Amino acid sequence: MADFRAIADALKAGNAPKVKELVEAAVEEGVEPSKIVNEALIVGMGEIGVLFKNNEVYVPEVLIAARAMHAGLDVVKPLMADQDVATAGKVVLGTVKGDLHDIGKNLVGMMLEGAGFEVIDLGIDVPPHKFVEAVKKDKPHIVGMSALLTTTMPAMKQTIEAIEAAGLRDEVKIMVGGAPVTQNFSDEIGADGYAPDAASAADLAKELVG
Amino acid sequence: MIIIGEKINTSIKSVQSAVEAMDAKAVQDIATKQVEAGADYIDVNCGTFPFKEPELLEWLVNTVQEVVDVPLCIDSPNPKALVFALKANKNGKPLINSITGERERYNSILPLVLEYDTSIIALCMDDDGMPETADDRVKIADRLVESMTKEGVKLEDIYLDPMVRPLGTGSHYGVVAIQTIKKIMEEFPGVHTTCGLSNISFGLPARKLINQAFLISAIGAGLDSAILDPLDKKIMSFVYAAELLHGKDDFCLNYLTAFREGKLEV
Repeated sequence: MADFRAIADALKAGNAPKVKELVEAAVEEGVEPSKIVNEALIVGMGEIGVLFKNNEVYVPEVLIAARAMHAGLDVVKPLMADQDVATAGKVVLGTVKGDLHDIGKNLVGMMLEGAGFEVIDLGIDVPPHKFVEAVKKDKPHIVGMSALLTTTMPAMKQTIEAIEAAGLRDEVKIMVGGAPVTQNFSDEIGADGYAPDAASAADLAKELVG
Repeated sequence: MIIIGEKINTSIKSVQSAVEAMDAKAVQDIATKQVEAGADYIDVNCGTFPFKEPELLEWLVNTVQEVVDVPLCIDSPNPKALVFALKANKNGKPLINSITGERERYNSILPLVLEYDTSIIALCMDDDGMPETADDRVKIADRLVESMTKEGVKLEDIYLDPMVRPLGTGSHYGVVAIQTIKKIMEEFPGVHTTCGLSNISFGLPARKLINQAFLISAIGAGLDSAILDPLDKKIMSFVYAAELLHGKDDFCLNYLTAFREGKLEV
């Protein structure tokens, strides 16, 4: 019987080889790949998110846990390719134009993947038209924008306006975050949600698609 | 060590409310205390007010220079806000914080450096973002120093910032920062290096400890200016001790003076 708890714990400890080994053993036993993802990997990553939010683990520990999660995903993903992979949803993510900060955005990306979302990361310094193109091409459920500078926060508004102008505003939910961003600002620019940290961002994304 | 006092920054909550209320007394109090604690420059930053930054930055300059004589470090990427502040400046040669190798930013800030004859903090980054290695940072520093001196900026007015990235996102970033400082100081004699201390510890617990250890290593590598909180007695004590250790305090006089003035905290 596959030990999902042991996989989640190895993931939380950031032990990539152990996660790989346990996931391989589970596959060997004939456990459904999607079950491994949902009941072990996502569970472990979710728990790391909570610990991070409570300041019980720190940024490097989240990064190493995410690496362990990917070690597990790498084993099961190829097996799931043919099946219709049921993800929690699709998110297009990026740091807005003029802003080169990537740490917060990357953490959000990891938490979203950890929560079962498919994440398309457009990177940093992403101009509004790139977000629009990605919405057209990838048809995400959510667009997530990050800004770490007061001077680049207005680019969030411009991006929302560009998505509106392209007639795509009703196709997606929009969430925003970053140190200077507030709930008020999010409301002002017409975003659908704001999250103060990476773990909350994953919760918010679930709410938005729910 | 050239100390740039970082406390008048509206990303600090109490300062945000003081500036919002245009409480001159509160702002002046922070300025005076920082100078008494050893600040050579007073940084002024009201970037959290993007829509009235020019007016508020001008107000900050006027308010601060009513009570202190040290030059100001005018902290904004917004050329319009900088012009308002530079026009109001009456203290000594100001320091603009900051220019980068990004084309647009460089082209909008450099004319102000020349017109108002200021010193300038230059960040080692360009349109390709934040470089990964020390060598790539030094390459950007090289381009910045060369093009600015060609335009007439003096070497001693240039403060290069190595762009410190958090150890929490890459445990090699401490070494990268230290190497960058060392190479800059070796390759461009006459320029200054400066940086903030707190970025290095982002995402980790007990951050002060990391900031202090980083400061000491950086001073060892040649860092001769820092953007910090001079009211933090501990960090200032480490500045005196580290400068002494690295041969920058003849006859230990600065250290002894600081001790007699009660500025050292063990």
